[in-house]
Amino acid sequence: MKKKPEHIAIIGGGVIGLSIGWQLLRKGAKVTLLERDEVGSHTSYVAAGMLAPYAEVGFEEIELMKLGQKSLQLYPEFLDQLAEDTDDLPTLDRCGTLMVGIDRDDTEQLRRLYDFREELELPVELMTGTAAREREPYLSPNVVSAVWLSQDAQIDNRKLLKALKQAFLNRGGMLYEQTSVDEIQRQDSSLYVGTAGEENPIAADAIVIAAGSWSGQLGGLPEKYGPLFRPEKGQIITLKQTRDCDLSCIVRSPRTYLVPKEDKTIRLGATSEDKGFDTEVTAGGLKYLLEYGWEVVPSIYDLPMVETIAGLRPAAKDNLPVIGPTSMPGVYMAGGHHRNGILLMPITAFEVSKEILDGKRSEVLHNFRPERFYE
Amino acid sequence: MDINTIIMEKLTIAEETFESRLIVGSARFPDPDTMCRALEASGTEMVTVAIRRANLENNGQIDVLSYLQEGGYKLLPNTAGCYTAKEAVLTAKMAREALDTNWIKLEVIGDEDTLFPDVPELLKAAEELLLEGFVVLPYTNDDPITCKKLARMGCAAVMPLGAPIGSGMGIRNPYNLRIIKEQVDVPVIVDAGVGTASDAAIALELGMDAVLLNSAVSQAKHPVEMAEAMRKGIEAGRLAYEAGRMPRRLYAKASSPEEGLIDVQHNE
Repeated sequence: MKKKPEHIAIIGGGVIGLSIGWQLLRKGAKVTLLERDEVGSHTSYVAAGMLAPYAEVGFEEIELMKLGQKSLQLYPEFLDQLAEDTDDLPTLDRCGTLMVGIDRDDTEQLRRLYDFREELELPVELMTGTAAREREPYLSPNVVSAVWLSQDAQIDNRKLLKALKQAFLNRGGMLYEQTSVDEIQRQDSSLYVGTAGEENPIAADAIVIAAGSWSGQLGGLPEKYGPLFRPEKGQIITLKQTRDCDLSCIVRSPRTYLVPKEDKTIRLGATSEDKGFDTEVTAGGLKYLLEYGWEVVPSIYDLPMVETIAGLRPAAKDNLPVIGPTSMPGVYMAGGHHRNGILLMPITAFEVSKEILDGKRSEVLHNFRPERFYE
Repeated sequence: MDINTIIMEKLTIAEETFESRLIVGSARFPDPDTMCRALEASGTEMVTVAIRRANLENNGQIDVLSYLQEGGYKLLPNTAGCYTAKEAVLTAKMAREALDTNWIKLEVIGDEDTLFPDVPELLKAAEELLLEGFVVLPYTNDDPITCKKLARMGCAAVMPLGAPIGSGMGIRNPYNLRIIKEQVDVPVIVDAGVGTASDAAIALELGMDAVLLNSAVSQAKHPVEMAEAMRKGIEAGRLAYEAGRMPRRLYAKASSPEEGLIDVQHNE
């Protein structure tokens, strides 16, 4: 039996890196987190914060849905623990998702999504446009059909990031921002993290790579782990929520979604583009979001636009998370959370911290291991 | 005839031959892994990809294009999303530079709701690209006159639609497609409209040379299975065409021979 790692280095300060680091600290480990920019300033920040395993599930993503379902169930426990280590926590808002359609073709599509959820015995309801407007009066009169998913939730991911950072520091975590990792080295039985501009690499007993789309840029990884994730660009708009548009639940159409946040904003997202590391906000992207957002909730017309931003979802070839030990002893991967990083954070943090410290392999992560790409 | 010796006639476009008569688009799959497996199951050799300025500026990271290149497919860049001849020509030139191919699926869209082609712009773009030395495969209406013009101009194939892009409505005007096939001497590829395997089979039974499809596979509940079904549909349709169907008759004709029947005596 290998000795239990005492000092763990984490590369990447998004929700995944921060939450794993904080959990490891709670379990008594020493943790150093390295972030190339500021913590929580990229993908985790740009996200809409939907916790929507039931709206998101695709026809061949049942295992992912189950993981999301479990992770959503863990959210209260996660937030309770977080409350022990910091204050000013975001609220878990179980607001539900209303998927809406505006014409015959949308209705056909919604019916197909509904049937699939019925088959899976998920809590789901198919309703008319009129019934949908009773639930959410700000819906367009053109909405003709809807699917109601009462169990979906959402959280303010930006407030969550702040809380995670604070909890991480309060627990004594070492945080290096503006510190990009060039290389992971292994000498004898020790691991080192080499950073730009630093002469002495940081020694660690274990390393967790949680660098999202940027994970492939780390030197020293076995070659096959380099090109694991491709960046999938998403543009998103933040609107200030006024009395003109007091949305109460997540609204999504086959083209876009609107999420009302606790800080009285609405996130309107998101595009999916294959454009490398480009994060420019484009006229076409905004046109798409505004046009299709307005189509289902016309009263966004008068809302002040607070922010436009783009982020990069890290996506493996099968769009599923990649969590587990790599072939390099002591080096652990926690990435590829794609559209579901905020949702999958609690289960990732709990399971990964347990695996690293106890050395036991987690059953729930079975379908999401790096090995699936490399025997 | 030994069934193992039945070989479908090969498809030839611009002097390049293909075993498969199916061309598949790479858009809107649930994920790239499913896309790769579906492409493999479909048996296709040529995959069409949408070209955008930004996705050609690859800085060494992986993207969907790199998965297709790994798969060894002939890439057929397309000008999807272009509304004018000028945009389409520019996109084609970018694609040629980035993907090192002079083949282009030319698409000039007329409006967002129907995605029907803008024919005057299409003809303009085709002329220009042919002068530039491109191998042009134009997506067009099922209009025999337009197809004839495109073929005469020098397009390597014509690609009339079966139904609107992404509609899955099948082959809506088989008569026009047959006229087109008779009127042009380049391959006729049904592009758009195929919804399920029987639609693909019908296109090939009509004598069309190939089918180009995307949503029918990518939007199926299980894309890999549908891709396999498409491969079989294409093969069945083409073989049926080559075999030559029986003539249609209004009245029955017994399939068992009527001569030489045993004459049963009614003795009682």
